[in-house]
Amino acid sequence: MELQTFNTLWLIPLFPLLGAAYAGLLGKRIHRRYGELAVSLPTVIMPWISFAVAVSAVVTLAQAGPEVALYNRLWTWIGVDWMQADMAFLVDRLSAVMILVVTFVGSLIHVYSLGYMKGDPGYWRFFAYLNLFMFSMLVLVLGDNFLLMFVGWEGVGLCSYLLISYYYRERDKAAAGMKAFIVNRVGDFGFTLGVFLLFWGLAAANSPSYNPSIQATTAAPVVKRASAKPDPAKLAEHVAFQASWGLAGAPCRSHQALGRASTLGGHAQGHHVEGHATTSLAFRHVERLLEDPVKREGLLSQNVLGLSLVTLVGLLLFLGATGKSAQIPLYVWLPDAMAGPTPVSALIHAATMVTAGVYMLSRLHFLMALTPVAMTVVATVGALTAFFAATIGLFQYDIKKVLAYSTVSQLGFMFVAVGSGAFWVAIFHLMTHAFFKACLFLGSGSVIMGCHHEQDMRLMGGLRKLMPVTAITYFISSAAIAGFPLFSGFFSKDEILWKAFDTGNVILPGGGFVLWLLAAVAALMTSFYMFRSYYMTFSGEYRGGHAHEAHGHDEAHGAHGHLPRESPKTMTIVLGILAALALAGGYVGLPHLWHLPNLFEHWLAPVFEGSAHTLKWAGYGHGLEWGLMITSILIAFAGFFAARWLYRDHRNPTPQKILDSDRRLVRGVHRWVFNKYYVDELYQKTVIQPTLVLSRALSIFDTGFIDAIVNLVGLIGRLFSMLQGWIDRTFIDGLVNLVGDTVMNAGRALRRVQTGRLQAYVYSLVAGSLLMVVAAWLMAA
Amino acid sequence: MIIGLNHFQVVSALLFGLGLLTIITRRNAVAVLMGVELVLNAGLVNLVAISRYQTGGLDGQIFALFGVVLAAAEAVVALAIVLQLFRARRSVDTIDVTDMRG
Amino acid sequence: MNYQTNSYLLTWMIFTPAIGIGVILAALGLRARLNLAQRQIDQIARGVGFAATLMVGALSLVLWSRYDSGSSALQFVHHFVWMRSWNIEYFVGIDGLSVALVILTALTFIIAMIASVPWWGKIEDGHHPHFSKRRVSGYIILFLLLEMGVLGTFCAQDFFLFYVFWEVMLLPMYFLIGVWGAPPRVDEQGRVRGGPYAAIKFFLYTLAGSVLMLLAMIAVYYTSGPSTLVDGTKALHTFSIPALTQMAQAGLFAHAAPILGVDFVKIIFVALFLGFAVKVPMFPFHTWLPDAHVDAPTPISVILAGILLKTGGYGILRFDVQIFGGALAWAAGAIGALGVISILYGAFVCMAQKDLKKLIAYSSVSHMGFVLLGIAALTPQGMTGAMFQMISHGVVSAMLFLLVGVIYDRAHTRDIEGFGGLAAQMPEYTGLTGLAFMASLGLPGLAGFVGEILVFLGAFGAADTAFRGYVAVAALSVIVTAGYYLWTMHRMFLGELNKKWEGLWDMNWRERLALYPLAVLTIVLGFYPAPVFALVDTSLHSLLAALPRLVGG
Repeated sequence: MELQTFNTLWLIPLFPLLGAAYAGLLGKRIHRRYGELAVSLPTVIMPWISFAVAVSAVVTLAQAGPEVALYNRLWTWIGVDWMQADMAFLVDRLSAVMILVVTFVGSLIHVYSLGYMKGDPGYWRFFAYLNLFMFSMLVLVLGDNFLLMFVGWEGVGLCSYLLISYYYRERDKAAAGMKAFIVNRVGDFGFTLGVFLLFWGLAAANSPSYNPSIQATTAAPVVKRASAKPDPAKLAEHVAFQASWGLAGAPCRSHQALGRASTLGGHAQGHHVEGHATTSLAFRHVERLLEDPVKREGLLSQNVLGLSLVTLVGLLLFLGATGKSAQIPLYVWLPDAMAGPTPVSALIHAATMVTAGVYMLSRLHFLMALTPVAMTVVATVGALTAFFAATIGLFQYDIKKVLAYSTVSQLGFMFVAVGSGAFWVAIFHLMTHAFFKACLFLGSGSVIMGCHHEQDMRLMGGLRKLMPVTAITYFISSAAIAGFPLFSGFFSKDEILWKAFDTGNVILPGGGFVLWLLAAVAALMTSFYMFRSYYMTFSGEYRGGHAHEAHGHDEAHGAHGHLPRESPKTMTIVLGILAALALAGGYVGLPHLWHLPNLFEHWLAPVFEGSAHTLKWAGYGHGLEWGLMITSILIAFAGFFAARWLYRDHRNPTPQKILDSDRRLVRGVHRWVFNKYYVDELYQKTVIQPTLVLSRALSIFDTGFIDAIVNLVGLIGRLFSMLQGWIDRTFIDGLVNLVGDTVMNAGRALRRVQTGRLQAYVYSLVAGSLLMVVAAWLMAA
Repeated sequence: MIIGLNHFQVVSALLFGLGLLTIITRRNAVAVLMGVELVLNAGLVNLVAISRYQTGGLDGQIFALFGVVLAAAEAVVALAIVLQLFRARRSVDTIDVTDMRG
Repeated sequence: MNYQTNSYLLTWMIFTPAIGIGVILAALGLRARLNLAQRQIDQIARGVGFAATLMVGALSLVLWSRYDSGSSALQFVHHFVWMRSWNIEYFVGIDGLSVALVILTALTFIIAMIASVPWWGKIEDGHHPHFSKRRVSGYIILFLLLEMGVLGTFCAQDFFLFYVFWEVMLLPMYFLIGVWGAPPRVDEQGRVRGGPYAAIKFFLYTLAGSVLMLLAMIAVYYTSGPSTLVDGTKALHTFSIPALTQMAQAGLFAHAAPILGVDFVKIIFVALFLGFAVKVPMFPFHTWLPDAHVDAPTPISVILAGILLKTGGYGILRFDVQIFGGALAWAAGAIGALGVISILYGAFVCMAQKDLKKLIAYSSVSHMGFVLLGIAALTPQGMTGAMFQMISHGVVSAMLFLLVGVIYDRAHTRDIEGFGGLAAQMPEYTGLTGLAFMASLGLPGLAGFVGEILVFLGAFGAADTAFRGYVAVAALSVIVTAGYYLWTMHRMFLGELNKKWEGLWDMNWRERLALYPLAVLTIVLGFYPAPVFALVDTSLHSLLAALPRLVGG
């Protein structure tokens, strides 16, 4: 890969950041003084500027040739010894797709939000968060190394938290945000561990004699090596390291690293940095390293806990991806995340953030391709997620919940593609999904706004006449997601099904067929529940009015009138654009079968070139491919007609009959699926409660045991000193007091002699004199 | 009979005894004071007598004169004290004045 | 290496607070003559406090600008013989191990000073007198004495001098917690708790640790070989840290006679380590910390968490690693394990806390565990991570404790459950708390992350592969930490506003002045940590490079 410096890349994330700072720091005051538009317009314009810069970058990239990537290094972020992570942005053809999708869809949703959020008291907050999200997402996509990607990764998680909890006064909604963040943290746990493992595995592979230890046992040889005269061969190897470690693209860095190594070597003799190249966490350096067969073997030969290191890395990274991209087992946060405002659901929980896991694994295609086990797990989990999420989607009544489970399911499709080794297809579906799912969510937002914040589809109906633009766009997008021929979703989803069938990269009994079957059934259900939601919402008569009159508690609704009305222009225009893309966005990736150029695959081919030779395909013939394509078309229509038959105009009594069925099996299964297989409850019982119990137990242990010991020691000290004090008082001090007391008592006795009577003194004087006389006489005698 | 030293000494001894008796027996402070004068004078008689009969010269006499002057001064001071005592206590009985008791 | 005096900067820094103390004492002495009212004395004391801390801050900036980060030798040395009969010298100087901490100290004391005055805004509702209005001159004097002790501890290069400053730190802290802290109270279990209890616990606990240190110091002194004092006279033994280091590198201590059948290096290592571990604080010697924090006044908590804990980490680096690193290979596994236990244990205990300040105190236990883990890893990344973690924890925990002070000044309670919905009432406060929480839970792009990731990364690559397991276990704390912070956020700030707290007012300028610099620093260090790396890297490198020689093989 050739790097071409493109010094304005950093502007792409910068603008939304500026917008976020503007709205976040000043927004409240500006809102109060100058009104809503003063807050929102700058923040809505910022993503558009980013989009413009992104377009210019992508145009430059397209002109520069297939092997070029745009690179913009700002500063060394974390550089310690031989490890280095830069604050650097990179646009290759993969991130080019991503930034276009993110900035374009994101910008559209900003525009949509102008109308949707009108009159909300937290207006400034909303736009600040939304801009901050754009910033984080762009950092995620543009980051040239793991750690920088992780900044974006966590940043979008934070924004997701903030936006889900946007209506924070309602405890449930706030809790949903918390859930999202914490579940994502579980994924991050895997992600970080995966990075660590990969990093040290690479470091070991990079240098066979590598030993980070400076411990006693291994220290001696290190010293010896350093104090010996530099061996020319070794020096050559050292330089070769620099070159092979992918530093050719950034010669300045290589010099820096060399200079650093030499100064350190000269400075602290015997320093272990000698002979080590800077180990970068940049994706392209890792890829470059793994292109070297020796190094690749070095990595592949390492085992951890009986598992191949690469497999473990792949699985851990996938754990991270399941968190962000809502796959089994960590998908539980996404349905709850619908608590946020609908534009947020469209932007974050459908079009961009949740696809981060797909993006990340595609970015690491060279690594994933090395480990069939991890690929198998990815594909299987993806297929299962697609299937189970679709089953849950069948029974939801909340329009946003339907879309949420559909998103989980569609993300599962993307992971099927990733796991099958069809990375470009995953990205393709990611893009088309961004269009139609954003359109669907925004359409549902429009419906929800029209229905005065009612989300239950049973209380909708008949909206086609009342909200024609919304209805049409919703239908188009539903058709796209269901995979109607010539709609965008058809191309991407069909390609996924085909690749899943054809894959040779998974080690499953039955190969790709199992994947295909699960995905195909999921596709059938997708088509069904999407049109179910369409017909429940838009066909028949409006059923919401009565409910509202019955409630009758909300005065504000009276002013709006009871019947839903079409949303403002800012929203419908956005819906129109997205619907157009949902319709036509797939033409960039036409199937090979049709002998038309597949622009999308061609565009991404250089990116995934590295892993192309590692991947294996069953190589089924065209006949089968045609067959599968027709099957998927049939599936799409089957779902459509079933839904139309059951739900159109709300006339068919069958669904209600099934619900009212007395048969225990039917009721049981329905309840089980309707309650999402009780997974939340399971996690509550198995993870959250034990954690809380453990924390409480440890806290009691802390005060009741550890601190008690400390206090006990203190108490023992005090008791001991009390004993000492008693001994001191009784014996030692007793002796001293005895002397004093004796004197006192003597004095007390003697004072009686002093009577104060004159005569008494004279008596004693006389007596004394006589005594002396007698004594003198006696002595003389 | 020749009056000799012994006679003087007997007189002196009698004087001393009477003085002492006065001091001991009388409770009136003035009387006690008088007893003290007697005792003092007994000593002075002794001084003069011994100087005259034994040592010669006038040492004893001079000393006695000093003693007389001293006694006078002492009497003045003592009487002043007694007077003050009387003023303060309305009594000159030594029994009443036991403030120095331990 | 024979270090001669080449600068008086550090001496000026250390004793600038002492000058401040002198001025306040003079004002107190001249009080009657100048006819000063109590209020005027108080204001003078506060003014002098500010002047002194700002002066130290300015000197620390000079220090930073003139510090040569390319050298691992001691800089700004001031060196003369102090007590000749015991070969004790006055020897101050700094290198990469201490320079960042000295600068952090100067900053933290300025911030704490801002939090110690009742200026620039409403701090009380009239019912609860604020600690900053009680016995002001005494407070400021002790405060400055504390600053002197801390600066001296970081700068001393003579073991004896170090010990003196170490103890100087202790005394003012005792009074500051005991006198200006919470009044004695009886808790639910009927035990007497409060400022005096916490102060005496802190004092005795730390003192017990320093007794071990004293014994070790004496043993080291008598084991040390002959050296030369700075004025050229020969000495039989020495307290000089650079000289001791040289002797250690020559294998003197590695080959010294065992004590009680245990290797000299090991027993000294352990004695010193225990002394420092109490300060860090490391599980299981941490229980003084929650008590001390809960009952200390806000600025003292800030100093305690921001600076005093770091003296423990610094001591470990300076003595246990630099001089007695010979025992590290033997002890590293245990230290790493204790670090991991501290990390996880602290995090779990946090989750169960109901008192906000106690929660943050326990989070300090958790976050300082990273320092131990990083040091024990014996990799450059781990070391640098540990060092950075100390700095970032200094900034972030200072912020957290200031924030607790903000809410306590208003509500006079810290019971997390008792709040709710504060986001609507105090949006600015909520935002800053959110930032501090995020920084503390290690959100990338904020200061806490850099240290954490480096420690993890470094520990993962330790030669002892058990450390991989340690990291895997310790990394669970990222989940638990997120859990308790977000849950706290949830309980305090989100939901409907508790009617009881409708009278609370948002941040005032005094709090903004203290918090915003830290908030900015949190973000800047998150994205641009290079200045800190530049300060510490060279010295840590040479510290690690010298380790093999300490073994004396």
